[in-house]
Amino acid sequence: MAEVLVYVDHVDGAVRKPTLELLTLARRVGEPVAVALGNGAADTAATLAEHGAVKVLTHDASEYADYLVVPKVDALQAAHEAVSPAAVLFPSSAEGKEIAARLALRIGSGIITDAVDLEAGDEGPVATQSVFAASFTTKSRVSKGTPVITVKPNSAAVEAAPAAGAVEALSVSFSEKATGTKVTGRTPRESTGRPELTEAAIVVSGGRGVNGAENFSIIEALADSLGAAVGASRAAVDAGWYPHTNQVGQTGKSVSPQLYIANGISGAIQHRAGMQTSKTIVAVNKDAEAPIFDLVDYGVVGDLFDVVPQLTDEVKTRKG
Amino acid sequence: MSLRIVVTVKYVPDATGDRHFADDLTVDRDDVDGLLSELDEYAVEQALQIAEDADDAEVTVLTVGPEDAKDALRKALSMGADKAVHVEDDDLHGTDAIGTSLVLAKAIEKAGYDLVISGMASTDGTMGVVPALVAERLGVPQVTLLSEVSVEDGTVKGRRDGDAASEQLEASLPAVVSVTDQSGEARYPSFKGIMAAKKKPVESWDLSDLDIEAEEIGLEGAWTKVEAVAERPARTAGTIVKDEGEGGKQLAEFLASQKFI
Ligand SMILES: Cc1cc2nc3c(=O)[nH]c(=O)nc-3n(C[C@H](O)[C@H](O)[C@H](O)COP(=O)(O)OP(=O)(O)OC[C@H]3O[C@@H](n4cnc5c(N)ncnc54)[C@H](O)[C@@H]3O)c2cc1C
Ligand SMILES: Nc1ncnc2c1ncn2[C@@H]1O[C@H](COP(=O)(O)O)[C@@H](O)[C@H]1O
Repeated sequence: MAEVLVYVDHVDGAVRKPTLELLTLARRVGEPVAVALGNGAADTAATLAEHGAVKVLTHDASEYADYLVVPKVDALQAAHEAVSPAAVLFPSSAEGKEIAARLALRIGSGIITDAVDLEAGDEGPVATQSVFAASFTTKSRVSKGTPVITVKPNSAAVEAAPAAGAVEALSVSFSEKATGTKVTGRTPRESTGRPELTEAAIVVSGGRGVNGAENFSIIEALADSLGAAVGASRAAVDAGWYPHTNQVGQTGKSVSPQLYIANGISGAIQHRAGMQTSKTIVAVNKDAEAPIFDLVDYGVVGDLFDVVPQLTDEVKTRKG
Repeated sequence: MSLRIVVTVKYVPDATGDRHFADDLTVDRDDVDGLLSELDEYAVEQALQIAEDADDAEVTVLTVGPEDAKDALRKALSMGADKAVHVEDDDLHGTDAIGTSLVLAKAIEKAGYDLVISGMASTDGTMGVVPALVAERLGVPQVTLLSEVSVEDGTVKGRRDGDAASEQLEASLPAVVSVTDQSGEARYPSFKGIMAAKKKPVESWDLSDLDIEAEEIGLEGAWTKVEAVAERPARTAGTIVKDEGEGGKQLAEFLASQKFI
């Protein structure tokens, strides 16, 4: 069976969930060979093996942390040469997409970004994409070279599929361009203790209707009662009520959880673009005409300052 | 010496319009009004600010697109850019991101540049990969997705807010930069700006001006193929209740019925 390269997104050896989802999809089109780079690369192997990686190619060098994107492109190009895979898959993060694009250009291949599903096809993998703010779905394939495809988080279930996961050192020689963009400082994001927005099964969001940074505690309380991540509309972010990292929508994060709860959000097209593929959608809004109600499975027309705390109490009571 | 800034801007169908596909499965650009991609306004804004801070600078806006794409250039000129280049050719129809990056890179080289500034993503394709591809083709540093950018003494610096960390980046010119919608509100064209834009030069180049063969671009030259498109089925109408004092409890009941609690 053909091998499929899977780029591993990890933090010091801790594999992030979208990579495990990628392994599920990779197994549909071939045998997953994972590529893990940078600090802690070898520590990823056990988790990757549990989820189907037959091999884990690893390489660590300070260049991966000290320079932007290009060292990783060099490494993926080396892996592509070593393996001659049937496809190369990346998580659809900002960095994942940039590495994927430059790799595709170098190896003379077409690229598809932001797939939400992947199947094997007669002429190579077929990717499903959700476009125009999720109002259309398309099926596409790469028609030249080795398909390079980036996949959005929550596009597949994480599955246990034990495989060998043999660690092999990847040999990489960096190109002259690898050190072009220096990373001169790095401030890690502080953990909130809540699930990662793009990975969460439930997302509770607040918009302009929340009316102030201090009121976001109401949204957070509901999120915590459900074990959910917190999201925000751009209006709430622009007003400075919540960090931009929590913005949902076209220029924020794109989420696809099992349950999305929009509070005081009107449902503008750019917001929908980031949440329309959620499985179940619920909204609380005092305006019965708000476009968000066109999307909902369940909606409450009412003041969020009454409805949300009551809901939070009820969730807590029911969960005991 | 003058700092030559090239801003890449895309003409896109209005996101609030009824966007759809043409029969050949390319984006229909005829039936929906187009405009300068809002996300590229941020690139124009940062270019103008960098130019204002430099002793001597020139801002060229560049678009690859159909006849109407001139509207996008006109808007950028009325914001304050100095001149414009429009790459237009019938053979460009259906070009993918890889092909677009080829045309942009050739045009940027022909125009002459020290700094290229792009938007974070186009609002129609939303791939967010063209700036990285252009940097790869030009063989210059990529300093992308910046929410803060400055240029001093031939060095570009900026802040990239990523998922796991916020990074400070630095590279020597020439370089390719892209900026996010966090980089600062774009200015509105003034009346004076709109009048002045009418007199600013707009050059038109076709593929032969850029030594690009028709096979390298367009729908035939694309390295990806859209095989099917389908409108997403409308969501089945949900239940909507009015809060009469029990709205939160009713919602909890719904969530319980769906096994979320
Ligand atoms: C290029 C571009 C990119 C964009 N990207 C994004 C993006 O990524 N994400 C995003 O969200 N937006 C984005 N936007 C902005 C988008 O167009 C909207 O302006 C934004 O989503 C509005 O946020 P909102 O729904 O919170 O605010 P509003 O549209 O003002 O809606 C607030 C809602 O709250 C309700 N409300 C008020 N008070 C209460 C109360 N007490 N109880 C219950 N309901 C109440 C109101 O009825 C109203 O429906 C983008 C725009 C552009 C041009
Ligand atoms: N046809 C085009 N003409 C000019 N610039 C473009 C074009 N397509 C993409 N770009 C630039 O590349 C950025 C990212 O686009 P994309 O990768 O398509 O999301 C945009 O914000 C523009 O700055």
